[in-house]
Amino acid sequence: MQELDPMVFFSVFQEMLGLWLWLILALAAFGLAAFVYALVRDGGLVSRRFVWAQLAGVAGGFVAIIFMWWITNSSPADIGGAIDVVLVLAIWIGGFLGWTILAYGVLALAARGSAAVERPGALGSSFGT
Amino acid sequence: MPEHFETEGYGRRDVLKLALAGAAALAVPATTPARAAAVKTSARIVIAGAGAAGLAMANRLSAMLDGASITLIDGRRPHYYQPGFTLVGAGLKPASYVVSGTASYVPRGAEWLEEAVAEIDADGNRVVTASGRQVPYDFLVVATGLTLDYGAIEGMDVGLIGKDGIGSVYAGPEAAAATYAAMARFAETGGVGLFGRPAGEMKCAGAPLKYTFLTEDTLSRMGNRGSSELIYAAHNDSLFGVPIVAEKLRMLFAERGIQTAKSHVMRAIDPARRIITYDTPDGSKELGYDFAHVVPPMRAPEAVRNSALPWQTGPWAADGWVEADRATLRHPRYANVFAVGDVAGVPKGKTAASVKWQVPVVADQLVAAISGTPSDSAYNGYTSCPLITRVGRAMLIEFDYDNNLVPSFPGVIAPLEELWISWVMKETALKPTYYAMLRGKA
Repeated sequence: MQELDPMVFFSVFQEMLGLWLWLILALAAFGLAAFVYALVRDGGLVSRRFVWAQLAGVAGGFVAIIFMWWITNSSPADIGGAIDVVLVLAIWIGGFLGWTILAYGVLALAARGSAAVERPGALGSSFGT
Repeated sequence: MPEHFETEGYGRRDVLKLALAGAAALAVPATTPARAAAVKTSARIVIAGAGAAGLAMANRLSAMLDGASITLIDGRRPHYYQPGFTLVGAGLKPASYVVSGTASYVPRGAEWLEEAVAEIDADGNRVVTASGRQVPYDFLVVATGLTLDYGAIEGMDVGLIGKDGIGSVYAGPEAAAATYAAMARFAETGGVGLFGRPAGEMKCAGAPLKYTFLTEDTLSRMGNRGSSELIYAAHNDSLFGVPIVAEKLRMLFAERGIQTAKSHVMRAIDPARRIITYDTPDGSKELGYDFAHVVPPMRAPEAVRNSALPWQTGPWAADGWVEADRATLRHPRYANVFAVGDVAGVPKGKTAASVKWQVPVVADQLVAAISGTPSDSAYNGYTSCPLITRVGRAMLIEFDYDNNLVPSFPGVIAPLEELWISWVMKETALKPTYYAMLRGKA
């Protein structure tokens, strides 16, 4: 195996996704920015909102796996070895994290005025700064 | 028709997501593109052929050289992503999946002569095009690819593909799609399916095996496996040139009920009677078929065969493969000539993965020759074959000149295991990696 180069990864993604690469990167940046903005603004995680975001994340994980099977013309029956299970889990975790952060950011922006009301809660205090 | 065999629309490809990206980057181990300062030169470099090898070569050289005159000579405008032919032939992708345009990969600063190479005058250091134009060179990279010699099979013609139970994914995107049409008809009725490979050197020796597996899988999904008999005609006593892979394939064939006819080399086909005639150690043998996947003999293009460049003796002389040092790919008799891709007369290595490994070596060697400094860049015969064993699973087989398995992800992705992850790579990541390679970026 020859040397790996981050620019090669990027070139491959560009070939694979085309314009979608930039849209996905923009969406990820937006989600992350909204998430961080909400954390700073609210002084920590808002527990109720975080639970909803995690529920969206759970669904997002499954959506990611189903999407992967769909675009690759395959199905759960094609799992052939341990690494395949790892891949399925990795896809689920990726989908979960992405959707959780995005959903939290969107919910936070949507609930701009009511943050102070939502804030109290066990999670808020344990995860807060 | 099962969902797996639907022709894929653009929607799916257009909405690939980041989760694929990890697999994408893993798919084909990457080389580091040239980053060093460009070497100043006024050398005239001619690249005969603008397929995968020629285009990747032009892009890499144009990044490494400053002031060189780089000329690509090739008459074909469409570019075919050949590793996708089996997917088209299995009905998983439309013919358009493998088609793009040569022009979009020609680097700035390189010239593309849209003409076929008619003659290579190695003693006179010039290439003559189909219109008679003479193109002199200081360095020549032979990247013409190869010729599919359907005519060498008595009774066979490209026009037969898709008719009378005859398929052949090699002859182009439309032929690959027509092959699927014929295979799908066969899968609806069952019967005898014949597969095999030619005796000489060929592109990706895994492809005929993949197609056998894919046909078996299609029959199974259609519920007609029980009413069919599949026979793979091996040109010698083995299913694959790498012994450890051959053994695995023997086991898989046994598991899937695919018979092997050893030392059977296809000589003739009779479409009217649906009979293939093989040369065997015991003389001629005829086998009847309902579906036959024909793999034509392959040889160097005529312009190369007629030149002084092919091997003069040895196993690669008859088909005109260009003589080349197996490590540097440099011509031993003509020091200013290199061979890359399918036309190179080296063991194994007629795949896009080989091209990916050969191009940086040839570029390094050529630039070293220009700058007068030695290069230790060497090609070890690396090639890769994502050997599809059914829709949804593949074995990511990588090996070198010495038949060693050289897995890119040792301990993670087992080369001889039928895995979904290997299939995911083949389906999603190899094509973008291939195009990145053409542009000299991977």
